[in-house]
Amino acid sequence: MPEITYLEAIRQGLWEEMKRDENVFLIGEDIGRYGGAFGVTHGMLDEFGPERIRETPISEATIVATAIGASLLGMRPVAEIMFMDFVFLALDQLVNQAAKMHFMFGGRTNVPIVVRTPGGSGTGAAAQHSQSLESMFMHFPGLKVVNPSTPYDAKGLLITSMRDPNPVVFIEHKQLYKTKGEVPEGEYAIPFGVAEIKRPGKDLTVVANNVMVPRSLAVAERLALEGIDVEVIDPRTLLPLDTETIINSVIKTGRLLVIHEACQTGGWAGEVIATVTGSRAFDYLDAPVRRLAGKDTPIPYNRELERSAVPQEEDIEQEIRAILAGKY
Amino acid sequence: MTNEKLKKSEKHGIEEILSGDGAGDLLAQATKLGLSHEQLLEMFRTMCTIRHFEYMADQLYAAGKVHGTMHLSAGQEAVAVGTARAVRSDDYLINHHRGHGHFIAKGADIKLMMAEFLGKDAGYCHGRGGSMHIADFSSNSLGANGIVGAGIPHAVGVGLALQMKKRDEIVVAIFGDGAANEGVFHEALNMVALWKLPVLYICENNKYGMSMDVERATAKLPIAQRAEAYGMPWYCIDGNDVLTVYETMKEAAERARTGQPVLVETLTYRYFGHSKSDRNLYRSKEEIKDWRENRDPIKRFQAQLIQAGWLDEMRASQIDAEALKVIEEAVAFAEASPDPDPSTLMEFVYA
Repeated sequence: MPEITYLEAIRQGLWEEMKRDENVFLIGEDIGRYGGAFGVTHGMLDEFGPERIRETPISEATIVATAIGASLLGMRPVAEIMFMDFVFLALDQLVNQAAKMHFMFGGRTNVPIVVRTPGGSGTGAAAQHSQSLESMFMHFPGLKVVNPSTPYDAKGLLITSMRDPNPVVFIEHKQLYKTKGEVPEGEYAIPFGVAEIKRPGKDLTVVANNVMVPRSLAVAERLALEGIDVEVIDPRTLLPLDTETIINSVIKTGRLLVIHEACQTGGWAGEVIATVTGSRAFDYLDAPVRRLAGKDTPIPYNRELERSAVPQEEDIEQEIRAILAGKY
Repeated sequence: MTNEKLKKSEKHGIEEILSGDGAGDLLAQATKLGLSHEQLLEMFRTMCTIRHFEYMADQLYAAGKVHGTMHLSAGQEAVAVGTARAVRSDDYLINHHRGHGHFIAKGADIKLMMAEFLGKDAGYCHGRGGSMHIADFSSNSLGANGIVGAGIPHAVGVGLALQMKKRDEIVVAIFGDGAANEGVFHEALNMVALWKLPVLYICENNKYGMSMDVERATAKLPIAQRAEAYGMPWYCIDGNDVLTVYETMKEAAERARTGQPVLVETLTYRYFGHSKSDRNLYRSKEEIKDWRENRDPIKRFQAQLIQAGWLDEMRASQIDAEALKVIEEAVAFAEASPDPDPSTLMEFVYA
């Protein structure tokens, strides 16, 4: 199987689906000759032309609104919001409009759009270009929230997103764009609401998303050398959330640590922990359930400050060791 | 009134636009517009139907039969009917929270509208939307919006899809004077003009955004002149004269259909308050009375029809009574319909 980057996997998913379905088109800022701010759509203008690689003025609300309007007539638009932070400019369209239209119109229409947007810190882009907002989107019934951590998942989940009849927020991570993995050519769809156990283990369950998945896996491999066996679960889609896989894992390991880059307060770790502690897994817990999340601060510019704002491998390792040692 | 004529008027021309008494030569006008006697009477009837729907809604609310809120369009019937008859029946409609009249004029099933208003399962949205979110996709009405201005940019997408699919329908997107001060108004006008989309924007200026007088909210009037910034043709017209609306929308729709988006501002007035909580503290009784007595779109049209010899008082009362009957039947249907079953609550969250 060919090995390609996360970024290339996303492009391949878009490319192949546009070849298959003429109703799919891309809309966003600088997605044409520039190839998108991170290069995801590089080369697509030449292949598909300016009608289907629809470059827009800097008008985020109307980018999403245009996707909505076109979807009402049977199109399958994929909008790109250049940085996740800019999604606030389009939030009325995404939340009050896209997420609610199927419901408030009594099921008589639906809004099959995908809004792709890269989140996350680590690029020195400071407070307005580095946020992780996935928890917020989970609070809006009618949306689906997708958050792949590997090239394979990125392509498979993107294909599912483009075929889903609902509005999907497809969250990419800037630090994952260059990571490599095996991705088959041709179509394959990964279903929503199915978590993947990225590494089986018996001592402790880690639930993590996007860039925290490879970080957790790296720590787990190191700890394995000492005989500590960590299970790492990637929910892959946060809405719907595969709670069964997580609950079953905690029943097996008796310990849970949820890790995300998003700020801790109001973050999705709380949702997972509430679900697990309110489930049959409660009786199997051998330790308090814990979360390791981004600090409750805007992302700073300075390299070391930025690093210290979000969980790093050493933080993850320290937290796992503390839980296993009973030091809470 | 076209741009040229408006530009020549002093101030911003609004007084001039509204100075017409509506007593022009109806016969000559109808002939010019190609409207038959029958078509004119149908327009009159539809205006009466809208008026009765709104008065009935107010009565039902007073009787405690309405759970939620409502935004009534009585006084604005000429915009709804003049527009709906000027465009094609398969053209798309995107409208705002004060939308009952637009739906009725476009041919929505009044029974299903009333059922939705009363929150019934038989309603257009199975009781999920209420007055503010009626939609009739079977007649290409894409839904009323509760967020001021939010439908304006949806028209960009509908127009883009029509262009990409090489279809010849247009999208008519109606919003109010208040919505014209939302940021998406400017984003959307820029994009429809840039991409030459088949969009007819109508700014239904009823003088107030809730309680805010348009003159206190808008730096330069008329609102429609903002279209110039985007290179779009614009019109500002008397929205209470149904044939002026018809004539203008006909021309504007033709331009939109050839890929030239247009903005038309229609000057009109709402008789009821903004919504059920409104005590009309921001406008005078005299002002409301003046509009009701001197500029009422139904009275004016009726007078024109009578003057032309195409209607008499008795026939007018008969049409009005028939319109009321349609509304009463809709109420009977809605009241006899069951509420949605609470067990179906989660239906329609996801498609």
